[in-house]
Amino acid sequence: MSYNGGGVVAMKGKECVAIASDLRFGIQLQTIGLDFDKIFQAGPKLYVGFPGLATDTQTVHQRLKFRTNLYELRENRKVSPKVYASMVGNLLYEHRFGPYFVEPVVAGLDANNQPYICAFDLIGCANAPDDFVVAGTCEEQMYGMCESLWKPDLGPEELFEVISQALVNACDRDAISGWGARVYVIEKDKVTVRNVRTRMD
Amino acid sequence: MAVCGESGDTTQFSEYIAKNVHLYKMKNDYELSPRASANFTRRMLADSLRSRERYNVNLLMAGYDEVEKKAELYYMDYLASMMELPYCAHGYGSYFVLGCLDAYYKPDMSVANGYELLKRCIAEISKRFSINLPTFSVKLIDKDGIHDQEPIHARQLVI
Repeated sequence: MSYNGGGVVAMKGKECVAIASDLRFGIQLQTIGLDFDKIFQAGPKLYVGFPGLATDTQTVHQRLKFRTNLYELRENRKVSPKVYASMVGNLLYEHRFGPYFVEPVVAGLDANNQPYICAFDLIGCANAPDDFVVAGTCEEQMYGMCESLWKPDLGPEELFEVISQALVNACDRDAISGWGARVYVIEKDKVTVRNVRTRMD
Repeated sequence: MAVCGESGDTTQFSEYIAKNVHLYKMKNDYELSPRASANFTRRMLADSLRSRERYNVNLLMAGYDEVEKKAELYYMDYLASMMELPYCAHGYGSYFVLGCLDAYYKPDMSVANGYELLKRCIAEISKRFSINLPTFSVKLIDKDGIHDQEPIHARQLVI
C-alpha cells in the first residue's frame, strides 16, 4: 500500500460534502507524475477516491464503472451513494483472498441532498461515520488534522478551508504523499473543483 | 512502444499488443488512437498481473492522435499503473535522466531541441551510470508517421 503513496480525505458539512486527494504518482521514493488524481466521479453528486496501489486504483475504478453502468442500464436511474458504497464493499470482498490494494473513500449527496461518506479497508469493511473519513499512507496525520479542525454543520466555503488545511498539512508530513492536491466540494446544485498547493517535494 | 524487463516477456507481450492493435485496424478499417491502445495495453497487463503468468515488463507508449491533433506519451510500469506524461524514463537510468529532463524540457520544444535533450540525457548516463550503454536508437513519431532518427553513440558525445 505504500508502494505508490497518496492520501484521500472526505468530510461532511451542512448539506454539502467534500472529498480531496493529493496528486502525486510515484514509485517508492521516486516521483513520476504530478497529476495523478485518485478521485473519480461516479454520479452527478457522487465521487469516490481510491488511495493505495496505483494499478489497483485504475483497475478498481474501471471494474466499478462497469458495474455501475450495468446498474444504470438495468434500473434506469443513477446509483445512490449507499448503493454505490455497498457495491464497492461487495467488489472488494469478492477478492477476499487476493485483494485489491486500495482503501476506497466514497462521498456524495443522497436524494434528499443529505451528505454521505464511507470508507473501506482493502477487503471491503465499510465505515460510514458522521464526521470525516481518511485513507492512504498519511492517514494518521490526517486523523490528527481532521480531529482538531472539523466541526459539525460547516458551510461549503468553510468546509473547503477545513478539508484543504487537513489534507495539505498531513501530506506535508508524509514523504510519499503530496505534490499538489485537488479538492471537490459537492453541494446540492453544483460541484466545485479546486487545486490546492502543498509542499512540492 | 518501448519495452524493458524480463527477456522473453518483452518480445512476447509487445508483439501480442502490436498484433492486436493491427487486428483492430483490419477489422474496423480505422486505427486505435494512442490513448485507446495504451488503455488496452494496461488492461492486458493488469489482467495478467493476477493470473498465473505475469508479464514482467515496463513500457513507454508514444503516438500521435490524428483526431486530437497532438502527440501523447504513456508511461506504464510492470504493475500496470499508467500515466500520461510529457517525459518519462524507466530503470536505474531514470534516476539520472529525470533530473535532466525536469531542468531542460519545454512543452513547445522543436524536434532538433528534443534530440539535443536526448543527447544530453545520454551524456549524463554515460558519465554517471555504472553500466556501459554505448548506443541508443531513436524514433520520432509525428503526424506523418514514424521516422528513424540517427542513433546516438555515447562515445561521440561531449561529456
